Amino acid sequence: MKKTDWKKYLLVFLITGTIFVTAIYISNAINSKRITEIKSIQDTVSTDILSSETQFSLLSELSCKEAGNSLLSSEISDLGEKISYSENNSGSNASEIIQLKKYYSLLEIKDYLLMRQVSDKCGKKFMFALYFYDQGTKCPECDKASYALTYLRQKYPDLRVYSFDYGLDLSAISTIIQIFDIKNNLPAIVIGDKTINGFQEKEVLEKILTEQYPAETKADLKAASVASSTATSTKK
Amino acid sequence: MDGSDDEKKDGDYFPFVDIIVPIFNEETTISKTLHSLLALDYPKDKYNIFAINDGSTDNTLEVLKKFEDKKNIIVLSKENGGKHTALNLGIQTSKAEFIGCLDADSFVDREALKLIVQRFRNENVMAVTPSVVIDDANNIIRKTQKAEYQYGNFVRKAFCAIGAIHIAPGPFSFYRKSVFEKVGMYRKAHNTEDMEMAMRLQKNGYKIVNEPRALVYTVGPNSIKKLYKQRVRWVSGFLANLIDYKGMVFNKKYGDLGLIVLPFAAFGVFLSFFVFIKGVVSLFNSLWMEFEKIYFGGFYFHAPNFDWFYFDTSAVSILGLSLIAVTIFTVWLGHKISTGKWHFSFEVIYFLTVYIIISPFWITKAIYNTVTTKDASWR
Repeated sequence: MKKTDWKKYLLVFLITGTIFVTAIYISNAINSKRITEIKSIQDTVSTDILSSETQFSLLSELSCKEAGNSLLSSEISDLGEKISYSENNSGSNASEIIQLKKYYSLLEIKDYLLMRQVSDKCGKKFMFALYFYDQGTKCPECDKASYALTYLRQKYPDLRVYSFDYGLDLSAISTIIQIFDIKNNLPAIVIGDKTINGFQEKEVLEKILTEQYPAETKADLKAASVASSTATSTKK
Repeated sequence: MDGSDDEKKDGDYFPFVDIIVPIFNEETTISKTLHSLLALDYPKDKYNIFAINDGSTDNTLEVLKKFEDKKNIIVLSKENGGKHTALNLGIQTSKAEFIGCLDADSFVDREALKLIVQRFRNENVMAVTPSVVIDDANNIIRKTQKAEYQYGNFVRKAFCAIGAIHIAPGPFSFYRKSVFEKVGMYRKAHNTEDMEMAMRLQKNGYKIVNEPRALVYTVGPNSIKKLYKQRVRWVSGFLANLIDYKGMVFNKKYGDLGLIVLPFAAFGVFLSFFVFIKGVVSLFNSLWMEFEKIYFGGFYFHAPNFDWFYFDTSAVSILGLSLIAVTIFTVWLGHKISTGKWHFSFEVIYFLTVYIIISPFWITKAIYNTVTTKDASWR
């Protein structure tokens, strides 16, 4: 009969426990750093939007050039990606991320309104799409819709896509849902004034886009073909 | 206790030893095996070699005839009956105090025997295991095994420290002969007689120790197919023997072996099976996602994103990284304890990549064999 050495087991348990606690601690510390980074990007975006709005109100149509330049659309989409990544891998900070997401949605709406003004008053014409998905419930078609929108964005660089979580408890989102008559049949996409409830293939979406924005889509395609022919001619 | 405290350093302990080499169709390697035994640094009149031809159908017997005139080689031939019958014939014929076995595809280091017998100075030691090294690691499959065996040598030393050695490797494990009278002879034991014998010794409370500096070189399978076959036999045998000795699992009477080592070893087999299934599922999921991306969004090039933000830093991944670090360190340490030298080799990389991909296949097959109670064949 062998003697059981409980002290040894306790020691082993302590060592193992230390390794696990350290791993969890490091993981949480990095997650908090992520939140800090999101907050800092959000601050930048928020300041940028506010400053453009202010400029726009102060100078009206005179500010077209500045307004177009100062808006950092790439930053807002980077922010969106980071928030959705964190939401999928949040762990313990879920409620904090929901809060950040609400703020992000507000920034998107502000950017949308501002850019529509810029588009109306200045020469630069943008195209707009609002994309509604649902993070909380299963929405297998939502991913497909987002791939199709990515395709459109690649093809038409002047298309601005704003995505909103349908289930997010935020009054501003509810208002948009009412305005555009979004049904609970997700994904839903608003292109120009047209609301599309349910998933549609990229070809259908592209057709609607060209109907809604005939001039803008042509301009984008022309710019792309000029760019590619320049590329081929430089190759030669 | 690992027995080292009982070891006296005066080297004039040379008890009489018999070494049994069971041979079945080993015409290419047997000569090297026997030469390595003849070259042992041990008094020539203190050991005999029993070369036991287990009904080979190739030229093994012709090769063995060349050794018949050597004074301490005894060639015995019998009808084929399996490795355990060859070992038993040797044990029955032997008159020595200690008996060792050596697989016919392995060869020993000159010092090995001398180091091993020292451990028997302790009267309580009934068996001694060596360190096994893969010889001539000339391709990826063998390099992978080389790192794996180094890992195994460390683990064996660790098991020795807690009295939990439950496999006495076929190459060059030694027994006090009296132990066979006490616990009986080798059994077929699902073609893993080296594990079964060690389990039987443990069950009867006999001490098995490890001598990490005693090196024995073995030829590893050189193709995935042969390795797969060998490992299916090992893992199936392990599970089948574990079922035969299930009374030891979670049994306080067997100390760390019963409470920790055996349960974890069994758990490990199933864990790697489930991790594999999970890995395959997530691989298919991500492939499916890529397919959907291209199908619904068209194909376009997007550069990989190296932003630190997207690195996977979940607690599970960090634990995974620590496990990789521990594995690398263990392989490194395994080399150190058997050879006495610190030497880092990149073979551990193969161990961490190739082995992780291929081992689930034999584990799955072994679990299937166990469930359907099929014995895996030798060849």
